[in-house]
Amino acid sequence: MLRYVANRLLLMIPTLIGVAVLVFFMLRVIPGDVVEVKLRADGGSVTQETIDMERKRLGLDKPLLAQFGDWMVGLTTLDLGKSMWTDRPVVEEIGARLELSLQVAIMSAIVAVLIAVPLGTAAALMRGTWVDYVVRIVTIAGLATPAFWLGMLIMLGLLSAFNWLPPITFTPIYRDPVANLTQLIWPAMAVGYRYSAVVARMIRSSLLEVLNEDYIRTARAKGVYEKLVLSRHALRNAMLPAITVIGLEFAFLIGGLVVTEQVFNLNGIGQLFVQSVSRNDFTLIQGMVMMIALFYMLVNLAVDLLYAALDPRIRYQ
Amino acid sequence: MSGQATSVVPHARRRSVILEFCRQQPLGAASLVVILAMMFAGIFAELVAPYDPLTIDFAAMLAPPDAQHWAGTDAFGRDIFSRMIFGARTALVIGFTSSFIGSSIGAVVGATSAYFGGKIDAVIQRFVDILLSFPIIVLALVVVAVLGKAPIFGIDLNLIFAIAIPIVPNVARVVRAAALSVRAMPYIDAARAAGYSHVRIICRHMAPNLTAPYLIMVTAYIAQAILLEASLSFLGLGVSEPTPAWGLMLSGNATDFFRQAPWMILFPGLAISLAVFAFNLFGDAVRDWLDPKFKV
Repeated sequence: MLRYVANRLLLMIPTLIGVAVLVFFMLRVIPGDVVEVKLRADGGSVTQETIDMERKRLGLDKPLLAQFGDWMVGLTTLDLGKSMWTDRPVVEEIGARLELSLQVAIMSAIVAVLIAVPLGTAAALMRGTWVDYVVRIVTIAGLATPAFWLGMLIMLGLLSAFNWLPPITFTPIYRDPVANLTQLIWPAMAVGYRYSAVVARMIRSSLLEVLNEDYIRTARAKGVYEKLVLSRHALRNAMLPAITVIGLEFAFLIGGLVVTEQVFNLNGIGQLFVQSVSRNDFTLIQGMVMMIALFYMLVNLAVDLLYAALDPRIRYQ
Repeated sequence: MSGQATSVVPHARRRSVILEFCRQQPLGAASLVVILAMMFAGIFAELVAPYDPLTIDFAAMLAPPDAQHWAGTDAFGRDIFSRMIFGARTALVIGFTSSFIGSSIGAVVGATSAYFGGKIDAVIQRFVDILLSFPIIVLALVVVAVLGKAPIFGIDLNLIFAIAIPIVPNVARVVRAAALSVRAMPYIDAARAAGYSHVRIICRHMAPNLTAPYLIMVTAYIAQAILLEASLSFLGLGVSEPTPAWGLMLSGNATDFFRQAPWMILFPGLAISLAVFAFNLFGDAVRDWLDPKFKV
């Protein structure tokens, strides 16, 4: 088991190097960099000399391979370099916002599971009835509603119902749980709705599949209570594929956060990413892309391990 | 006489295909009606829209929906309903072209990867795996950062690429899986034995057998592309003012007028949802119709 985990972790290294090469050179193929955005933003009254000096200071004048080498050397010691816009270390920039985004992500995963499990189960058990159709409409609508629009609707609803909008400044949950939750539950709901739609569809189809299995018939024939058949025999097995979807979607939550954080004006990873893109802040973009890739791989590994823990038939060597 | 007969037969056959689709996939047919209506509105926007989408009218600023302005007006007094109709043009043009470009490149990559196999396949699949480990919006944003903006006729070519590129690895993987089974067919070996070039075998012998997954992917990704365009425009990194686009209508000052003008937020969002909803349903129907066993 430990060997398996170690192997998987080692295998991440070549992939991460691939990501690093890809993002580094992609960003630099096309002319245009942070200096131009930064200095030419207000009209273009700067001289070429200032631009060259700034480029030199940021190391953008060095040959590409030298720049890449510097960055890779830094990576081995977890040094992602400095943001080209703010001059603060990339690790610091990301770290300052990680807590908020991670909390929203976890909360939306919880919201999604809380909505998806009952909906998916009900739809599968009452297949072909109106319940099934309502669930289908709710889930298809979930896939079609952009998270940022749902976020706006939630704010609009809060405003007209309570004449209140969630606070903009972030309070960590350990300092004031109430203030924290009243701020973050709304974006979590906006992101979680789409997430729940994906998961609910998966639960419905996998539960329908499991209910056709022989062991369910056996359990019923033995005279096991229907409730127990469902909870012990059917749901436990149906949850396995659902867990994969929950995990993969969790790894992709950053995608939902990118737009939703903008709506709620949350200073998180998503907003940082959008900012760094519009500022051509290469080092910050690179650092965040590496982080997103690593996060995706770790979540994937966690899902696989969870799978083994839940299904005794699966053992990793 | 005989000329008449030959012209009638294909026509009748084509009609029956459409009828057959409508009969087997009623939901798909309904969504097709919505899609056609949107296409009509988008193509003939100048005729359909009651107002010019760009005309600023400060006398009618933030007017609520009424008989004159069906969906109200925005902070510049521009008619929101007209902007939604012109926005349909933007969304459909970008949605169709980027899904088409992305799926086509993806199909070529997937088919090539499956055809050659071995090391070429392994290398291509490594790249595909790497690209697949990012949410499509993150990839699109990186492409936006790389390419910048290049507007032509109000439509940003680079934006189309930014939306098309994240589609490529997804399609490549699916088409590769389908192409692997085509690759194993004896007629491919026969074509190779006959000495045909690789390009000819891929284009003439493999591609026709991959049209079903290809068409399924093209239709499936139109909805994704529309959603992605709306998201990017909302972030200010997609379509730029003054071109009317649904996502753009929700961005910037729309939230400043929450209290006075909720219609500024309601209607453009509804348009996005309806379009994505219709294309999702249509995509599902096309998939079930072309290949009931197919799973994305």
